[in-house]
Amino acid sequence: MTTDTGRARRPAVDGWFTLDGEPALLGSRCTGCGTYAFPAQEGLCRNPECTCTDHTRTPLSRHGTIWSYTDARYQPPAPFVAPDPYAPFAIAAVELATEQMVVLGQMVAGVGTDELRVGMPVELVVDTLYADPESGDDVVVWKWKPTGSTSGSTAGGTPGGGDRGA
Amino acid sequence: MARDTSRSVAVLGAGMHPWGKWGRNFVEYGVAAATEALRDAGIEWRDVQFVAGADTIRNGYPGFVAGATFAQALGWNGARISSSYAACASGAQAINSARAQILAGLCDVALVVGADTTPKGFFAPVGGERKNDPDWLRFHLIGATNPTYFGLFARRRMDLYGATPEDFAAVKVKNARHGLANPNARYRAEVTVDDILASPVVADPLHLLEICATSDGGASLVLASTEFARRHGVTGPLVTIDAVSTVTPTFPQTRIDMPDISTDSGVTAPPGMSGGFKPAVIAAAYAEAGIGPDDVDLAEVYDLSTALELDWYEDLALCKEGEAERLIRDGDTTVGGRIPVNPSGGLACFGEAIPAQAIAQVCEVVWQLQGRAAGRQVEGATVGITANQGLFGHGSSVIVSR
Repeated sequence: MTTDTGRARRPAVDGWFTLDGEPALLGSRCTGCGTYAFPAQEGLCRNPECTCTDHTRTPLSRHGTIWSYTDARYQPPAPFVAPDPYAPFAIAAVELATEQMVVLGQMVAGVGTDELRVGMPVELVVDTLYADPESGDDVVVWKWKPTGSTSGSTAGGTPGGGDRGA
Repeated sequence: MARDTSRSVAVLGAGMHPWGKWGRNFVEYGVAAATEALRDAGIEWRDVQFVAGADTIRNGYPGFVAGATFAQALGWNGARISSSYAACASGAQAINSARAQILAGLCDVALVVGADTTPKGFFAPVGGERKNDPDWLRFHLIGATNPTYFGLFARRRMDLYGATPEDFAAVKVKNARHGLANPNARYRAEVTVDDILASPVVADPLHLLEICATSDGGASLVLASTEFARRHGVTGPLVTIDAVSTVTPTFPQTRIDMPDISTDSGVTAPPGMSGGFKPAVIAAAYAEAGIGPDDVDLAEVYDLSTALELDWYEDLALCKEGEAERLIRDGDTTVGGRIPVNPSGGLACFGEAIPAQAIAQVCEVVWQLQGRAAGRQVEGATVGITANQGLFGHGSSVIVSR
C-alpha cells in the first residue's frame, strides 16, 4: 500500500485498526456478554461475570466525543519516534457511545488544545505517526479529528496549544 | 460506623533518607532510612524477624529483590523476607506484607524499607520492543507520557467544574509552603502563582512547576504487634496502622488511567453503577478502619500534579465532586485549615522516589500524630490517611491513628 507521496504505508501496530476507506479501530465483542474490548480481546472475557472465551472481531464506532484532552509540549522519550525538529501535538481521550469506552489517541496535526472542549464530537482518521528512518515507510496510526474539520492531512501544520498560561 | 482497631499494628519507628537527586546506590538510602527507623523504634536489627522490601525496577536485579538486598546490606540476620512490586503502591504493598505477617502471629517485629535512585526526566518504559506491553505501546503509538494523563484530568476539571490555572497553581503554592521546614523534602522554597504560570507548559494546562519530579530517596517503618509494643515499653498512646487498602478496580473500569490506551467497555454494567478506582481504594480503607472522612485530621495524597491533588479531595470524600476548587480557595487544606492535605509538602516538595513514596507518606502521618512535624504540625491530629495511585490497577490508602 502506498500513500499519495508514493511511500509504502504500514500500521504502527498490526491488527488494531483498518486503513482503507473509512478507517476504524478493530476491537472485539464477547459472544457471551456483549462486552467490547480494544485492542481485541483473546481468551477469557474481562467481565468477571462472564466465562466466555469467544470474541468476534468488530470495527468500533468511528465517531465519539472528547472526554478530555491535553498536549505533549516536550518530546516524549523512546519508544516514541519524534520528528526532527520536534513538533508538539494534542492528545484526546474520546468516549465511544455505543461501546461505552474511552480510547486515547493523538489529535491530527494542526489542531491545538485551544480548539478543543470536553464533549466535542470527533472522528477517527489514520495518519502518519512517523517516517521509518530505515525503510522510509510511512508508519501510520489512528488519530482523532474534530468532526467536520478539514485539517488533518499528513501535511503537518501548526502545532497547537496556544500560549495559554505560559 | 464503629472504629475498628482489631486489625491494627503498632508503628514503633519511622525513618527516611532525605529526598534529592543524589545519584548514589539506592541501597544506601534504604539502609540509612532503616537505621533511622530502628533507632526511632529502639529496636536492634538482630531482633527484626521480617523484612518487607518495596522493589525498584530501575536499579537492576538488586531492585527486584529489595527485601533481600536491604537485609543483606544490614547484615544477614536470618529474618524472613518479602519483596513487593506494585508501581507507585509498592511501598504500601510492603507495609501490607509486614502487617499480614504480624496479624497472622508469624512475627512480632517487622521492618519495611523502600528506596530508589531515579533517572532524569520523563519516566520511560523499560527497554526493548514489546508490542504486548500497554506501557510500551502508549509511548510508541501516542507519545502518552505520565504528564499526558495528568493533563487530561486537569483539563476535565477546567471544562466541567470551572477550575482555573490559578486554582491548580494554588495547590503548589500551598505544598511548597508546607514543605519549607521539612528536613526530608528535596525542594524547600516558596513559589508564587506567577512563578508557576510563567514556567513552561508540559501537558496543557499543566506547567513544569505543577508536575512532580523524579527523586532519589528512602523511607522505612518498624511495625510490631500492639502486644509487643506494650511489652517493648511504649507507655503513651500507640500510633497504629488501622487499615491498608490495596483493592483493585471493579469491572468495568471505564475511567481512563495510566498507562491505559483504552478503558473497559461499560455496556454490561448495571444502570447507575458508577464510582472510579481511586474512590474505591479510599472507601475500602475507611471501611476497614471503621471511620469516615469526618474523622480524618490530615491527609497525605499523591500529588503527581497539582490538579490531581484536587481530584484526591473528592476521592477522599472531603467534598463532593466538583467542589475541590472551593477547598483550595478557602484554605481548608492548608495547615491550620479544616483538613490539611500534604502537610509534608507532598510530591511537590519531594518528587517521586517510587518504592519509597507510599512509605514516606506513612512516616509523615506518624510524625504528625506524634507531634514531631516541626514547622508543619497539624495541631492535635489523631487520625491521618494516605492516598496513592499506582499503575495497572495498583493503588493504596493507609489509615494511621493514635
